[in-house]
Amino acid sequence: MIEMKKKSINSHTILLLITIGLFILLYAAGYFMYGFGDNAKGFEKLQTFLDIFRTNAALICIACGMTCVMLTGGIDISVGSLVAMDCMILSVGMENNGTSPTLLVPFVLLIGIVFGAVQGYLIGYLNIQPFIVTMGGMFFARGMTAMICTDQVNITVQNWFKEVAGLKVYMPFELGAVVNKRGVKMVPYINVPVLIALLCVILVFLMLRYTRTGRSMYAVGGNQQSAALMGLNTKRTKMITYILSSFLCSIGGILYCMNTMCGTTTQALGLEMKAISSAVIGGTLLTGGVGNVFGSFIGVLINGTINSIVSFNADLTRLGGTVPNVVSAFLLFVFIMLQAIFAKIRERKQ
Amino acid sequence: MKKVLNWLKKISKKPLFLPLFSVFLVLIINVIYDAAQGNYALEFFRLELKEGALYGRIIDILNRGSEAAILAIGMTLVVSSSAGTDISVGSVMSLAGSLCCMILAGFGVTHVRELGDLQAPIFVGVIAGIAVAGLCGVFNGFLVAKMKIQPMVATLIFFTAGRAIGLLLTNNKMVYIHLDQFKVFGGKLWIFPTPTVIAAACILVMTLILKTTSLGMYVQSVGINPKASRIAGINSVAIILLCYVICGLFSGVAGIVATSRIYSADSNNIGLNLELDAILAVALGGNSLGGGRFNLAGSIIGAYTIQAITTTMYALGVAKAQAPVYKAIIVILIVVVQSPVIKAYFAKRRAQKATLAAAAGRG
Repeated sequence: MIEMKKKSINSHTILLLITIGLFILLYAAGYFMYGFGDNAKGFEKLQTFLDIFRTNAALICIACGMTCVMLTGGIDISVGSLVAMDCMILSVGMENNGTSPTLLVPFVLLIGIVFGAVQGYLIGYLNIQPFIVTMGGMFFARGMTAMICTDQVNITVQNWFKEVAGLKVYMPFELGAVVNKRGVKMVPYINVPVLIALLCVILVFLMLRYTRTGRSMYAVGGNQQSAALMGLNTKRTKMITYILSSFLCSIGGILYCMNTMCGTTTQALGLEMKAISSAVIGGTLLTGGVGNVFGSFIGVLINGTINSIVSFNADLTRLGGTVPNVVSAFLLFVFIMLQAIFAKIRERKQ
Repeated sequence: MKKVLNWLKKISKKPLFLPLFSVFLVLIINVIYDAAQGNYALEFFRLELKEGALYGRIIDILNRGSEAAILAIGMTLVVSSSAGTDISVGSVMSLAGSLCCMILAGFGVTHVRELGDLQAPIFVGVIAGIAVAGLCGVFNGFLVAKMKIQPMVATLIFFTAGRAIGLLLTNNKMVYIHLDQFKVFGGKLWIFPTPTVIAAACILVMTLILKTTSLGMYVQSVGINPKASRIAGINSVAIILLCYVICGLFSGVAGIVATSRIYSADSNNIGLNLELDAILAVALGGNSLGGGRFNLAGSIIGAYTIQAITTTMYALGVAKAQAPVYKAIIVILIVVVQSPVIKAYFAKRRAQKATLAAAAGRG
C-alpha cells in the first residue's frame, strides 16, 4: 500500500518535472533567438523574465481557481467576463461615483463569493453541467458589465489603489541590474499584484495538499461515486470549489484592474481559454482528479513566454491584430504533442 | 379530463418534451407582448410575401438561426462520441469564409464587382472553403482520437489559430465580393431565405445517414464506452475522427453561409461566439455533455430556441450589449427545469400524492 502511494506521487512529480523542463527549453529557445550575441534584443534581461510575471499576475490567480475546478472534473468559463465586471465596478465606482477603494475592493470580493455560490449551487446541488452553468455566468457577467457602463472608463483618481498599483518592488541586492545607454542603473522590479498572485499560488497549493477540503476536491474529481461512498459530501465540495474559483477570479479582477487601470466591456475577452490552456499545459486533466497548482503556474509562465517570444519578433508584431495567434497556437500544438508523446512513453514503460 | 392529464404525463416523459416546451414558452411570451402592445396578437406568426420573398418573425428566426442549427448537427455527434466539445467551430467558420473569398478575389484584392474579375468559379471557392474546414476537422479528430488529447484542448489550437490564419489569407483586410451569384447563399432562393434551405438540406442529409446506416449507433456506443466498443469490433478511433470531420465540414458550410450573408470575409467577426451557441443548443436539446446517447432533433430545436430568445429580446427592445444578461437568466431557468434533481423531486411528490390517495381510497 505504501509502495503504491510512493509510486503514484512519483509519476505526478515526473509530469511536473517534464513541464518545468519544457518551460526551460522554451525559454532557452527564446534566449538563443532574441537574447544572444549579435541579435540580442533584450530577451536576456532579467526584467523581461519578470515582465512575464507582471503582465500575467491576474492570470496566475485565475489559473489557480481554474485548476481547483478542473480537479473536481468541472470547468469554469465565466472567469473572463467576471474579471471584466470587476474592473468595470472598480473603475466606475472610483471614477464616476468617487467611492473609496477601501469599500469597493471588499465589495468586489463579496460579488465573487456570491457569484461562485450561485454557480456552485446549480452545479453541485442541482447537478447541472458545469459548462452550461458557467456559460450562463459568462453571459450574465458580460451583460452586466454593459449595463453598468458601455464606455471605457479610465481611473484617474488618486487613491491608495492607484498608489499600490504603481508601487515597484525592486530585486534585492540589485540582482540583474543593467546600466542603460544613458548611464542610468536599471534595477529589475516586480509589483504588488505579482506578490499577491504568488501568495495565492502558495496558499492554494497548501490548501489542496493539507486540508480536508483540498483533498476532497481530488477525491470528487477522481471518482465521484467512490468519494460519496467514502462519506465525503461531494455536493458541498463542488460548491466550495466554485466559490473558491470565483473568489480567486475576483482577486484576479482586482489585479487586472491594477494593471490596466480601466474598465471596458471587451476587457479580458478569452481569458478563460488562457486559464484553461495554462492549467492543461501544467498537467491538469479536464476529466478531473489529476493536477497541481504549481503546474498551472508554470503553464501561465509558458503561455507568457510564448507571447513574449512572439512580441520580440518584429515581422509578426508588424502584422498586428490576431496574427501572432498563429504562432501561439502552433507552439501550443507542439507543446501538447510533446506532452502526449511523453504520456505514451510512460504508459508503455508501465 | 383524466385522459388529458394522463396524456400530458405521458408526453412530458418524452425526450423532446422540454426543448419543444421552451420553444412554446417563447412563442407565448411573444403573443402576450404583442397583445399587450395593442398589436395584432398573432403578429409573431404572420407571413408576408414582399418583393417575391417571405417575411415574418418566424422566417427571420429560421433564417438567422441557420448557422447555429448547422453547427449543432456536427456538435451533437462530437459531444456524443468524444464526451467533449469542439470549441473551434466558430473560428473554423471564419477561416472557411476567408479562404473562399481569397480564392475568388485573388490575394491582396479587396473588392470584386464584376463577374469577369473573379479568379476562380464560385463553386471552386465554396468547395475549397468547406474542404479546408474539413481538414481542420481531420486535424482536431486526429488529436482527439489518435493522440488521446482532451477535446477542448485539442480544439483550442484552431480556436486560437483559425481566425488568425483567415486574416493572413485575406492580407489583414476585409474582402468584398459584390456579386449576386455569391450573395445567393445568404440571400433568397425562390421565396425562401437560402440559409434556411441549406440548413434544412444539411439536417435532411444527416438524418438520412443516421437512418440508413448504423453510424448513429456506433457513435453512441463509442461515447458510452470506447474500450468496450473497440472490443465489440467497432473502430472507435475512426468513428471519433469521422465525427470531427463531419463537424468540420458543417462548420465550413455555416462559414460560407455567414460570409455570403455579408458578401465579405470579415475574419474578426464571422462566427464569433457561435461555438457557445452550438454547445448550448446541444445541451438545451436534452443531450448530456458527458457523451453517449444523443438526440439530433433536440439539438436543432435547441439552436432555433436560442435564436427565438435573441429575436424576441430585440423585439422587446433590449439593447444588444445588455441582452446576454436576460439570455443567461433564461438559459439557466431552462436547464434548472431540465435538471435531474428537480425532475426527481417532482416525481417523488407525485408518488407521495398517489400513495396518499390510495390510502384514502382504502380507508
